Amino acid sequence: MRPFEYVSPYSRKQAISLLGPTWGNTEVLAGGTDLLALMKDDVVTPKRLVNIKDIADLRGISSDAQGLRVGALTTLGELADNENVKKNYPSLSEALLEAASPQIRNMATIGGNLCQRPRCWYFRNGLGLLPKDESGKELVEAGENRYHAILGNQGEAKFVSPSTVVPMLIAYGAKIRLEGAKGKRELPLEKFFVIPKTESEREHDLRPNEIVSEIVIPPASDLKAAHYEVRQREAFDWPLAVAAVTLKMQGSNVQSSRIILGYVAPVPWPSPEAEHAMSGKPVNKETAQKAADAALAKATPLSHNAYKVKLAKVAVDRAILKAAGGTA
Amino acid sequence: MPDYAWPDAEHRTLIGKRTTRVDSPLKVSGQAKYTYDVHRPGMLYGKVVRCPYAHAKVVSIDTSAAEKMPGVKAVQVVQGPGSNIHWAGDEIVVVAAIDEGTAEDAMRAIKVQYQQLPHLVSDAEPPAGSAQEQGPLSLDDIGDMFDNQVPPRQIVSQIQQYGLSEKPTDDALKEMKEDGAPDEVLEALRSATIHPEAGKGTPSNYQKAATQTTGDPDKAFAEAEVVSEGLYGIPLITHCCLESHGSISEWTDHDHVFTHISTQNVSGIAGQMAEPLNIPATNIHVHQDNVGGGFGSKFSPDRWGIFTAEISKKADGKPVRYMLERDAELKVAGARPSAYARVKVAAKRDGTLTAWQSNSWGTGGPGGGGMPPIPYVFSVPNQRLEHTAIRNNIGPARAWRAPNHPQAAVLTMCALDDLAAKLNMDPVDFFGKNLNLTKARENTYREELAVAAELMGWKEKWHPRPQAIDGIVRGVGLSMHTWGGRGHASDCDLTIYPDGSVELKMGTQDLGTGTRTCILVVAADTLGIPMEGIQLLIGDTNYPPSGGSGGSTTIGGVSSSTRRAAVDARDALFAKVAPALNAEPDQLECKNGRLSVKGDPSRALSWKEACSKLGAMPITVRGKNPDRSKPPDLTNSGVGGVQMAEVEIDSDTGVVKVRKMVAVQDCGFIIDLKTAETQCYGAMIMGISYSLYEEKVMDPTTGRMLNPDMQFYRLAGFSDIPELVVHMMTGKGYDERGVIGLGEPPVISPGAAISNAVANAMGVRVPFLPLTPDRVLTAFEQKGRV
Ligand SMILES: Cc1cc2nc3c(=O)[nH]c(=O)nc-3n(C[C@H](O)[C@H](O)[C@H](O)COP(=O)(O)OP(=O)(O)OC[C@H]3O[C@@H](n4cnc5c(N)ncnc54)[C@H](O)[C@@H]3O)c2cc1C
Repeated sequence: MRPFEYVSPYSRKQAISLLGPTWGNTEVLAGGTDLLALMKDDVVTPKRLVNIKDIADLRGISSDAQGLRVGALTTLGELADNENVKKNYPSLSEALLEAASPQIRNMATIGGNLCQRPRCWYFRNGLGLLPKDESGKELVEAGENRYHAILGNQGEAKFVSPSTVVPMLIAYGAKIRLEGAKGKRELPLEKFFVIPKTESEREHDLRPNEIVSEIVIPPASDLKAAHYEVRQREAFDWPLAVAAVTLKMQGSNVQSSRIILGYVAPVPWPSPEAEHAMSGKPVNKETAQKAADAALAKATPLSHNAYKVKLAKVAVDRAILKAAGGTA
Repeated sequence: MPDYAWPDAEHRTLIGKRTTRVDSPLKVSGQAKYTYDVHRPGMLYGKVVRCPYAHAKVVSIDTSAAEKMPGVKAVQVVQGPGSNIHWAGDEIVVVAAIDEGTAEDAMRAIKVQYQQLPHLVSDAEPPAGSAQEQGPLSLDDIGDMFDNQVPPRQIVSQIQQYGLSEKPTDDALKEMKEDGAPDEVLEALRSATIHPEAGKGTPSNYQKAATQTTGDPDKAFAEAEVVSEGLYGIPLITHCCLESHGSISEWTDHDHVFTHISTQNVSGIAGQMAEPLNIPATNIHVHQDNVGGGFGSKFSPDRWGIFTAEISKKADGKPVRYMLERDAELKVAGARPSAYARVKVAAKRDGTLTAWQSNSWGTGGPGGGGMPPIPYVFSVPNQRLEHTAIRNNIGPARAWRAPNHPQAAVLTMCALDDLAAKLNMDPVDFFGKNLNLTKARENTYREELAVAAELMGWKEKWHPRPQAIDGIVRGVGLSMHTWGGRGHASDCDLTIYPDGSVELKMGTQDLGTGTRTCILVVAADTLGIPMEGIQLLIGDTNYPPSGGSGGSTTIGGVSSSTRRAAVDARDALFAKVAPALNAEPDQLECKNGRLSVKGDPSRALSWKEACSKLGAMPITVRGKNPDRSKPPDLTNSGVGGVQMAEVEIDSDTGVVKVRKMVAVQDCGFIIDLKTAETQCYGAMIMGISYSLYEEKVMDPTTGRMLNPDMQFYRLAGFSDIPELVVHMMTGKGYDERGVIGLGEPPVISPGAAISNAVANAMGVRVPFLPLTPDRVLTAFEQKGRV
C-alpha cells in the first residue's frame, strides 16, 4: 500500500468538498472490503481516502410512499436481515445472502456494492481495466477470458460487472441517489453502469466528487421475483452467470417483466429481448427457454467462454421458472 | 535384550487407540504460534523486488534512492545484472526497513532494467515434431532430476545412456553429495562419457525422453480383443500453504544465527544455511513451534531464507522478517508438475490387461520434469512409454504431497476405467480381476476393494455408463494407490527426573499431522504413565536431529526412536527400583503411573515414589531410528489404498458436486487411529480441491500468473466437502508389518476416483482436471444429449 491521507468527515457536504474533481487522487472509503484490497495490491492508489462511515445520515433503512429507502452505508447483512426486505423483497434478501461470506456481509455496504470494481484478473493484477501490452495487444482477447463478457464486449471492455446483487435491485426497479459538488441526482439504477471506452474512464456514472447517498426500491407487492446464480462452489464463489427476474402477472400470463443478467457483460445486462419474449405469455418450460434463447441471441463469446452462453441461458430459464413458482 | 517390539493388542493402553490431538486446544483457541506470528525485538521487515517478466535478463539495477531512504537499514541484490530470470515473480532485490510500509516504499524506489526474452507458459500438447531427442545431460539436468525425485537407478541409467555435456568438478560432486546425492549416482557422474560439443545450441522447450519398452507391445495390441484409447491430464497446481513460506533471522553475535522458519525440516535447515552464510551449521539455531502447511514445499531454507539472514547481517544482526505475500507464495513457492497423456490400453474380453502404450507430456517449469510412474500400481505385461518434458516459464516445481503419484493415478486409473467401460465391466470387478499385476499388495487391495465397495454402497450406486443424459446425473468411480513410507532417521533424548517428571526432546516438527500426539502416545504407553506426565520438546536444533517430514517418513521415524528410548529409560528405572520392591527388574511393570511387581499389585510404588529412588541423577537415554543394535525393525515400507467417490452433476450447468467419498487405507501398525483417520479426511478434502478447482492460470501474453490469490485460486470450502468415510486396515496382516507413513498415500487417488465417477455419471470422459463446468459442458456437447 502507498502512503495516503485519511480524512473522516461527519457530513455529506464535507465529504464532497474533500473529494477531488478528477479520478486518481481521492477515493471514498465505506466498508473497505473492496477498496483496501485494491490498495494493497497497488491497483488503486489514492492520495487521499475520504472515510464516509462517520456520516450518520447515510445509514438506515426506511420506507415511504416511493418504496424502500436504503442508506448507502447499510451493510449487506443488515439489508438481508431487514424484516421489510425479507417480507416484501424476498428475492433481494436471497441474493444478498448468497453474496460473499457472513464476515464480509457485516462490513460491506450496499453503496460500496454498487461501486465495487470489476473482478477481472487482469485488472486485479495491475494490468488495467482495458488491459493491453506494450504493443497495444488486448490481453483479454488473446488470453485467459474464461470468466469474461459474452455480451456488450465489442469495445475494449471485456470484464464483467461484479455485483451479484445489482441485477436483482434493477429487476425490482431500484433507483440510485447521488450527491455531489453539482448537487443531487437520481437515476434508474441500470443507468448508473456504463461501459468505459478508455482506461481513464470508470464503469459507473459516478463523478469523482460525488457519493452514492441511497437507493430507493419501489413497492413490489404485485411482482413475482427470483434470483439465480450459476456458480461452481457452494462455498463463497464468484458466479459464472446470474439472472434476476420480476414478473407482473395478468391472470396466468405475464403482463410485463424485468429480466436482468449479471456476470455476462461489463454492465448489468437488462434483456429487453427476453422481456419481450415473455410478454403476454404463460410461464412454462417452453416460454422460459425461449426467453433465455432471446436473451443470449446476440452473444459474442470470446475464445474461451462460449460455455457461459449456455450457463447464462440456464440462469435466465431457471430464474423465470423460479419466479413464477414463488410469490414475490 | 530388552523387547523393543510393538506391544500386542492386549498390552496397549494408548497405542492404536483414538487419542485426541494434544495441541487441539491451542490451535482452536488461536494460541498456537506459527512462524508468521513471531515478532522479535527490534525486528526489521523485508520486502522483495520481483521480476515482472516470465523470461528476462537483468540489465541494470539502481538501488541508490532506496538506500538513502530514512528507515531503510539494508538493501541487497539477489540476482544481479546478467542474471537470467525464468519466471515472473523471481527475486531480484531485497530490502530491510523498520516497518513494512517503509520497506515497500524502498522497494518501489529501486529501478531495475530488464531485457525481455521470449517466454512459454503453456503446457499444451507439444506440437508434432517439436520435441528434441534427449542428448548428453547437463549438470542442471541432473539437479532437476533430483528436484523431481527421479529414482537414483533411473538417473544412473540416463547418465550411462546419454553421457554428460560437461565434466563435473570435484566441488560440484561434493556439493551434490552434501545435498544427498547417493553414491551410485556420484559414481555414474564420475565415470560418464563427456560430450563437450553438446549443450551449445539453444535447447528446445520440448525434450523427449528415451522410449521405454517392456515385453512386446506391438504384438500384444495386434492380438488384443478390446482396446481403449483416451486423453487424460492433471494440471500444474500450487501448494497454496495457508501459512506462506518465510523466516525471521538474526545474528546473535558475529558468527551465530538464530532463525525462526516455516519448515518441514527443522533438523535439516542449519546444514543448508551454513555454506551460503559461511558459518558452521553448529552456529545456526533453528526454531519452529507450528507450521501452517508445507505439502512438500518446505524442506529448504530457500533463497529467501538465506537472504533474510544475509541482510540481517548487513543490518547489524537485527532480526529481519520476510514471509512471502500471498501472491508470491502462489507464484514462486513451488508447484506440482502437470501431466497429460494419450493412452492406449488393451485387454482380453474377460478383462485381463495385456498392453499399455502412452504418449505423455507435462511441465515442472524451467526444469521440464520427468514422467510419472505409469502405468501406476498395475504392472501391465507389455508396455511402450514415451514422454516429452516441457521446459517453460510457468514457475518452479517442488515435491507436492506424494510427488508424481496423483498424476500417475489420473493417467492410469482413468485409462483403465475407460477400458472397463468398453468391456462392459463393473470397475470393481475389472480392477479386482487384474490385482495379480499389483504384486506385493495384491491381498491388501483385494480386501480394501471389498471394504470400500461396502462402505460406498457401490453395488446399488454403480450403473453402466448412460447412453443419454438429462437433468441431474450421478455416478461412482474408484482408484487405487501405493506409497513407501518407511520411517526416516530420528534421534531423541528421553529423561526421567528423580521428581518423576519426564522430558522428551526431538528435533522433529509437527506438520499438523499429529506428530506431537503420536510421540506422546508411544512414550506414555511404553512408560506406563499418562501423556500429561511427559513434556515433549520439538522444533529446535538444540534437540537431537530427526528427519525432514517428507515422503511420509515421520511417523515411522519418530515412533521408532521414541519406542526405543522409552523402553530403555523404563528398564533403567526398573533396575534402580527393583531392590526397593525386592524384585528382579524384569519382574516389574508400570501401568497408569503405578510401578508394581507383575502378578503382585500389593508390591507397588507410585511413579513419583519410584523415580525418587534414582537419587540425584536423572536417567537420560538416546533413542534412535534406525538402530540395528536394538531389533526389531519397528518401521516398514509399502502401503496400498483404495478410494471411491460419488458425484452428482447438473447436466445443464456442468457443475460437479462430490456427494460422498470413501478412503480405505493401510499403513501397517497404527500408532493413533484418530490422527491416522484425520490424515485421510484432510487428504480427501485436498483431493476434492485439486479435482474440481485448482489450477495455476497463466496469461500467455505477459507470462504472469493470473490467479495468485484466494478468490480465483479456488480451494474447497465447507459446503463443498461431502460425507467422508475412512476405514483404516488394522489387525492381522497389517499390525505385524510395523509403522508405515500415511501423510501422502490418501491424497493420490481422489483425482482419478472423482474423474471416474464423473465419467460414470455422464457416460463420457472429461479428459483433464480440474473438472470445471466449461470442460464438463464441452464433454456433454461432444456426447450429445437426450
Ligand atoms: C471475499 C469477498 C466475496 C465477495 N462476494 C460478493 C458477492 O458474492 N456478490 C457481490 O455482489 N459482491 C461480493 N463481494 C464484494 C462486496 O460486496 C463489496 O466488496 C462490498 O459491497 C463493497 O462495499 P464496501 O462498503 O466494503 O466498499 P469499499 O470497499 O469501501 O468501496 C468499494 C468501492 O466503492 C466506492 N464507494 C463505496 N461507497 C461509496 C459511496 N457511498 N459513494 C461513492 N462511492 C462509494 C469506493 O470508493 C470503492 O471504489 C465480495 C467481496 C469479498 C471481499
